[in-house]
Amino acid sequence: MLNPHLKLNPKIFSTDCEQAPIRKGFGQGLLLAGETDKNVVALCADLTESTQMNFFAEKFPKRFIEMGVAEQNLVTVSSGMAAMGKIPFCSSYAMFSPGRNWEQIRTTIAYNDKPVKIVGSHAGISVGADGGTHQALEDIALMRVLPNMDVISPCDAIEAKKATLALAKTKKPAYLRLAREKTPIITTEETSFEIGKAQIYWIPDVGLAQVGIIVTGSLTYRAILAAKELEAEGIKTKVMNLSAIVPIDMEAITALAKESKAIVTVEEHQIAGGMGSAVAEVLAKSYPVPMEFIGIQNRFGQSGTPDELIEHYGMGKNSIKEAVKKVLKRKL
Amino acid sequence: MLIEEKIKELEKKANDIRQSIIEMLVEAKSGHTAGPLGMADIFTLFYFHILKHNPEDPFWEDRDRLVLSNGHICPVLYATMAHSGYFPIEELKTLRKLGTRLQGHPHREYLPFVENSSGPLGEGLSQAIGMALADKIDQKDKDRFIYCVMSDGELDEGNSWEGIMFAGKNRLRNLIAIVDRNNIQIDGFTEHIMPLEPLADKWRAFNWHVIEVGGHDFRALNEAIEEAQRILEKPTVIIAHTIPGKGVKEFERDYKWHGKAPSKEEGKMALKELRENRPV
Repeated sequence: MLNPHLKLNPKIFSTDCEQAPIRKGFGQGLLLAGETDKNVVALCADLTESTQMNFFAEKFPKRFIEMGVAEQNLVTVSSGMAAMGKIPFCSSYAMFSPGRNWEQIRTTIAYNDKPVKIVGSHAGISVGADGGTHQALEDIALMRVLPNMDVISPCDAIEAKKATLALAKTKKPAYLRLAREKTPIITTEETSFEIGKAQIYWIPDVGLAQVGIIVTGSLTYRAILAAKELEAEGIKTKVMNLSAIVPIDMEAITALAKESKAIVTVEEHQIAGGMGSAVAEVLAKSYPVPMEFIGIQNRFGQSGTPDELIEHYGMGKNSIKEAVKKVLKRKL
Repeated sequence: MLIEEKIKELEKKANDIRQSIIEMLVEAKSGHTAGPLGMADIFTLFYFHILKHNPEDPFWEDRDRLVLSNGHICPVLYATMAHSGYFPIEELKTLRKLGTRLQGHPHREYLPFVENSSGPLGEGLSQAIGMALADKIDQKDKDRFIYCVMSDGELDEGNSWEGIMFAGKNRLRNLIAIVDRNNIQIDGFTEHIMPLEPLADKWRAFNWHVIEVGGHDFRALNEAIEEAQRILEKPTVIIAHTIPGKGVKEFERDYKWHGKAPSKEEGKMALKELRENRPV
């Protein structure tokens, strides 16, 4: 059942469950952050509406900076503004930022330790029809290896809004990963959020979990659906939303492994270097258990609808269920 | 305007800084020689005449900002900062050694007095642009200047031109770039590797005010910077024609000295020449 303590969306399993793009929550959060703190500025590389910065741009035209299609300049100018006390949010598609400008981010933001918030929209395979060039499947790996850099991947629009507001208050560099397509709203305004705090969204009706499912980003909904069906089939799971890949919640991950003795990770990202790898790095040291990884298996994407692509690349509900059953057999 | 007496004083100071550069590079056994010697006059002019700064209060909010883009010439930055009182001159000998504040390329975590970490090329100008833009938004662009010292070789980088285009668009009056036009880069002469000329026309086409000046003439350099400060409607670039390796005949104009340090013997020879030519 849904964790009753987190005040999650009670309509999550009904057909009229509200949907919204995760990036939309960022747009709303940025506007609120701009209202609270005049040092918040927004920079965009010719994708203002796509990345949902248009609300901020309309309300605060003097604090919105159009950079043109120039992602290297986007992040280096942001670094300079941060040096003068600004809190810059700079956005593009994840494939271009941090895809194109990684070294600039490394040197002028991470190494320089400047509180620039890099917002990568249209991340993951669910970008859909635009095809492989536009599907960022490596961005978590690129960013989580950088010292000083927080990496946040919200599960829905409401969490994205809260994450944006929280990042506006930290003095650290951060990467915020957003998806393009509409996804069901899982959380509510009342659901708590704290950077670096993993949360269990699904718990067994009774007893301990036999498998722990750890998910990040837009696939969280599918992971919960899989858990619900598994429960009906008699397999008890917990679903953890790991929205912060850095800083990673080692304590919560280890506790889940100790309880379930088997873990499945789920992400819209290459398996190599992604969230699942980060979890494996934690567990290999703290409490090794059998693991299965749902994600892209060392391939590039292609055109298609988001749903088709998620199924085609083995990240849908049934794939998650199969992975749970597979890891269950590996226990002992 | 610079009076004769001040020029003499700056010439002596630049000579001392060049000696420090040689000493620290010999001790470090690696590093860049040509660029730092070539830029010693410009750094001396900035830290001993132009910059609004206070070595006793390095984080003074109202200071001018000097962003070094081509971090590999940091021996001249470190030597000039030491001679102006930011840290002991003796510390220069720790350059490139384990635990030093004077990293091979500047790192703010180790030496917070520098405005930016640098090394990878073509990034400093955009950081200076971000600083100038922040001041423009806060209406502080009449209070202080943001200077960016950069190399000619790093104009090969696309990031440089993204920044140049953007600064022209935003008419950043408080931004002044100084290009070390020494015509060399690691693999050879800039015009052989990747021709930059007509360089002044390129900057003009991107809506910058352009001044060309000799990079070892204190009076002309000072006038160029004063002119740049008076330009209200656009950013200014000062293309400073310098001699790489300036001050040591053996090193001058030879691109082989871009990226190597003098040996002990070469260092002795260079120091002797510099001492003999120190103005009295």
